[in-house]
Amino acid sequence: MTDAAISVSGLDHFFGEGEARKQALFEVNLEVARGSLTILMGPSGSGKTTLLTLMGCLRAVQAGSIRLLDRELSSSDESLRIDMRRRLGFIFQAHNLHDSLTARQNVMMGLQVHGRGDPTRQALAVDHVLQRLGLGERLDYLPANLSGGQKQRVAIARALVSNPDIIFADEPTAALDAVSGLAAVQLFKDLGRARGTTTVMVTHDPRILDLADRVVTLEDGRIVNSRHAPV
Amino acid sequence: MTAFLTRLFGRLPVGYLQLTHNRGRLLAALAGVAFANVLVFVQLGLAGAMAESVAIPYRLFKPDLLLVSPAESEVLSDAATLPRQRLYQAMVHPDIKGGTSIYMARATWISGRNASSSIQFFGLAPDATPFFQDALAAPLVSLSLPDTALVDTLTRFVDMQSYAKAHPEAPVPFEFQNRQLGAVGTVSIGGGFGGDGVFLVSDQTFFRLFPKRSSATPSHILLALAPGADPTRVAAELARAFPPDTVRIRTVTQATGQEIRHQMTKRPTGLVFAFGVLIGVIVGIVIAYQVLSADVADHVREYATFKAMGFRQRFFVSIILEEAIILAAIGFWPGLAFSHLFYTTLASLTNIPIFMTPERAVAVFFGTIIACSVSGLLAMRKLAAAEPAELF
Ligand SMILES: Nc1ncnc2c1ncn2[C@@H]1O[C@H](COP(=O)(O)OP(=O)(O)OP(=O)(O)O)[C@@H](O)[C@H]1O
Ligand SMILES: [Mg+2]
Repeated sequence: MTDAAISVSGLDHFFGEGEARKQALFEVNLEVARGSLTILMGPSGSGKTTLLTLMGCLRAVQAGSIRLLDRELSSSDESLRIDMRRRLGFIFQAHNLHDSLTARQNVMMGLQVHGRGDPTRQALAVDHVLQRLGLGERLDYLPANLSGGQKQRVAIARALVSNPDIIFADEPTAALDAVSGLAAVQLFKDLGRARGTTTVMVTHDPRILDLADRVVTLEDGRIVNSRHAPV
Repeated sequence: MTAFLTRLFGRLPVGYLQLTHNRGRLLAALAGVAFANVLVFVQLGLAGAMAESVAIPYRLFKPDLLLVSPAESEVLSDAATLPRQRLYQAMVHPDIKGGTSIYMARATWISGRNASSSIQFFGLAPDATPFFQDALAAPLVSLSLPDTALVDTLTRFVDMQSYAKAHPEAPVPFEFQNRQLGAVGTVSIGGGFGGDGVFLVSDQTFFRLFPKRSSATPSHILLALAPGADPTRVAAELARAFPPDTVRIRTVTQATGQEIRHQMTKRPTGLVFAFGVLIGVIVGIVIAYQVLSADVADHVREYATFKAMGFRQRFFVSIILEEAIILAAIGFWPGLAFSHLFYTTLASLTNIPIFMTPERAVAVFFGTIIACSVSGLLAMRKLAAAEPAELF
């Protein structure tokens, strides 16, 4: 076991074929320490999301190498990537909650991906994380009856409930107002720290930068600046 | 319900929750499945009624008899005649215990102003009771009085109520093609798809009603076998004794089965039923597919999120099959109820023997589940659009 939760080296990525083929990432090298909060920034189109989806096992590695939790992802098949995803948590810009499932049920799906468990224990874990996120009064609400911030917190609960090793978040606060956005990030930073969770987040929100252990800047598919936060 | 299904599946019943969340879509889907069920039930009911009405006249005969018919005789009532000589030739065979001739003809009965029914007549020997179903024994004997008949209570276009009390001691008179006849009893046979009713008369009365017919040329011959004789062997031996290709010799049971098959596969009506069932199944599959694929399309982002969370293909298959089976299992019941209503209405209007059988209900239930599952699996293709990498 190495200290790095993620270690990326010589990573290239291309979209499209033939004439339309376009390189989105060039020779990216990056180490993400276990338990750290790393923030990816950079202008639109610089490759942040592409890098995040590659590290998150949502795309196949084309060239270069990614070691994720001591598993090599290059030359991995879809099946290994699905297995790896179960150890990760994703928080998307849109909450993507299932409209027919209550807050509780949506979060429960984050546990059920791991198969049948003890239903009582699962229910306790779900309620606990929702309460921790301030949704104790909204457990049985459908998404339609929740505010934007509440929905995003349910999505955060869904990502956290199974105690993932790494959380990937792409502009998780974009749909939130400034106050609740900052509160949400503070929350999962605290939860992450308590559990030793590694977090990689894309954000433009300058106030969130202060919370980061490290800020990585991408431009035109290359890492141009990698700065560790002053301790 | 959610708690029960959660126990049953060992996971949240996402398919069930999704289906019941959109009530309008659910109702439309159930109506569609029920409608397809009714289509299928109507066709199967008519086909079943056709088979049943083919079988009913054969049931007048004891089933272990040999039926000797002219060569072209797919349909009992359409048979040409054959020489009575065949009866005497057959009786020579050591395993043939006895025989009787049957005469058949069809005639129109004008029972009132504007009321005409096509009646199938059976001319039978009144003393041949061992050849016919036991319930006919006593009424058959009473046909020995000239110009008497057993009339069909299920005759179409006639109010048969006045004949209900017909009895040998108190015959109910009626006119048939300018002859005075007396109903001395009743049978309940029904005309099925080929006619409106069946009357039984003695052979002597039959020749008076149909003067062109002769006792020398029956429509069929019934043969009784000696106890223990093998009908297949005897039939083969008889066939060799007769001039080649002039007769068909079958047990009554075989003849029944062959006529049913003939009606179902060689006649337009039978093919129409089969085609109707096919249409019903296709309508059902298409409706269920529409609903399920619209449901998948509406939830592509959510499914993509599930994929990002690490759910495998079989999870998605199980959700969509869950939806398909719920649709089928709920939609079936209103379909069954409407079909039952249709059957009873049609039966009382037309005297066709159409009724729900448990076998048919069970078969259609499982057929519905399979058809909806096929729709579900087709709708799965829409799931390919759920690409988790596109979520960010
Ligand atoms: N599916 C795709 N097909 C083709 N090109 C793509 C695809 N996804 C991204 N790209 C291209 O790759 C480059 C990097 O895109 P990416 O989405 O990673 O940028 P980003 O840094 O996340 O931008 P933003 O801040 O706008 O989200 C862009 O030029 C984009 O046009
Ligand atoms: Mg992006």
